[in-house]
Amino acid sequence: MSGAHVLLHIDGRPVQVKAGSSVAAALRVAGGSGVARTSVGGAPRAPFCGMGVCQECRVQIDGQRRLACQTVCAEGMRVETGR
Amino acid sequence: MDAEVIVIGAGIVGAACALALAQAGRRVRVLDAQCGGATGAGMGHLVVMDDNPAELALSRHSAAQWRALAPRMGAECAYSACGTLWVAANDEEMAEAERKRERLRAHGIESRLLDAAALGRAEPALRPGLAGALEVPGDGIVYAPNAARWLIAQGGGAIDVTHAKVDAIEDDGTLRLADGRRCTAAQIVLANGIEAATLCPELPIRPKKGHLLITDRYPGTVRHQLVELGYVTSAHHASGESVAFNVQPRPTGQLLVGSSRQFDTTDPAVEAPMLARMLQRAVDYLPGLAQLQAIRAWTGMRAATPDGLPLLGKHPWREKLWLAVGHEGLGVTTAPGSAHLLAALMTGAAADFDAAPYAPRGLLA
Ligand SMILES: Cc1cc2nc3c(=O)[nH]c(=O)nc-3n(C[C@H](O)[C@H](O)[C@H](O)COP(=O)(O)OP(=O)(O)OC[C@H]3O[C@@H](n4cnc5c(N)ncnc54)[C@H](O)[C@@H]3O)c2cc1C
Ligand code: FES
Repeated sequence: MSGAHVLLHIDGRPVQVKAGSSVAAALRVAGGSGVARTSVGGAPRAPFCGMGVCQECRVQIDGQRRLACQTVCAEGMRVETGR
Repeated sequence: MDAEVIVIGAGIVGAACALALAQAGRRVRVLDAQCGGATGAGMGHLVVMDDNPAELALSRHSAAQWRALAPRMGAECAYSACGTLWVAANDEEMAEAERKRERLRAHGIESRLLDAAALGRAEPALRPGLAGALEVPGDGIVYAPNAARWLIAQGGGAIDVTHAKVDAIEDDGTLRLADGRRCTAAQIVLANGIEAATLCPELPIRPKKGHLLITDRYPGTVRHQLVELGYVTSAHHASGESVAFNVQPRPTGQLLVGSSRQFDTTDPAVEAPMLARMLQRAVDYLPGLAQLQAIRAWTGMRAATPDGLPLLGKHPWREKLWLAVGHEGLGVTTAPGSAHLLAALMTGAAADFDAAPYAPRGLLA
């Protein structure tokens, strides 16, 4: 298992991560601060607690609003940030 | 500052009373334990209710005050003039909507009936097959904890807020604080919500627990505060449990979903079976809600009196003590009107409407 990778798309860009990674981890791999969304006031928000409590990591995954830290990356997954 | 009046509690009711008294020229000290209360837990719906003439007088006066304050409130108060749609599920409820319109019209409150098609156009997310609705455009919503802070700030130097818990009220009106200090003033206002019964066990106030849930942001899903007309019958049972469809569009695009009512529990835990019943009721009206992501659920305690009206006025036997408690599920709406009445009684001014129905009652049993 340890060598396996999956390929997903974050805001249209291909990102390769180790199999079993969370989408929150993939946001960091994709570069920068790992921003998941923007607040009402437009401020960038990134995963914070990593355990499904803070709700700061909400992203759109294959058309559904999900928590990035609670979702495991799957081959071909489409993730949209910034909502 | 040497206070002439001490207000116990900085929730929405205490805040409104403090401001009304400051505006009447009093120097006011607000003591707050910061232990949390209904103001931080409720929905913040500003709604004219007409179950009886006294409730209508108080909520109507209050709603008008909120509308007058709104243009000055900052964005943090999240005021929105979204109006209410009282949703009728069937012909019987539609007949009730018509009676409600007549009652409101008799008191100069604007409202209009929507038939099924008009309701579908106004709120496309509602399920088809509903009978219609009564729209009350003058209703609104507010974020009550920030509105409470804003009301206090309007008092400027005439209001001083101290972080302190009152442990006891002695017979002569002296307050014993948790830190051992003692203080008093010529007049004391008890406005600490459900905790009022801890300081004055003779008050006829019981906790009525409610669940709420908030979703992630889905702007435009719903435009009005939506309440089922059946709410009128379900919300006012004196005992037992009930749920009602009640959904509010927050200015952030989030949906705030209510509401449940339970007596005889003081446990603040979110109860999954109660939450499930409440959400099922909401999904019955708004099927798309099931696809949205919830981000938080919580509970709050309403301070319920036997007849549903707040206690506003002088305590019948306790020295210096005035009551502003028992606002149940309507205290955000009715805070300004309650404060107006109480301040008038306390300063000997003329009130805009009759204070008699709210006079402290049921205390001599
Ligand atoms: C689920 C739910 C939904 C609701 N929805 C609505 C709605 O849509 N519209 C509406 O109008 N109303 C609504 N309400 C009702 C409304 O929230 C309350 O009526 C209102 O907030 C009561 O305000 P209050 O200032 O009397 O009390 P609280 O908000 O409870 O404030 C009491 C204050 O007193 C302080 N305190 C307590 N004990 C002490 C002490 N010993 N010493 C010093 N300070 C103390 C606390 O720290 C607190 O700040 C709802 C309530 C609930 C629970
Ligand atoms: S990082 Fe906190 S909920 Fe996902």
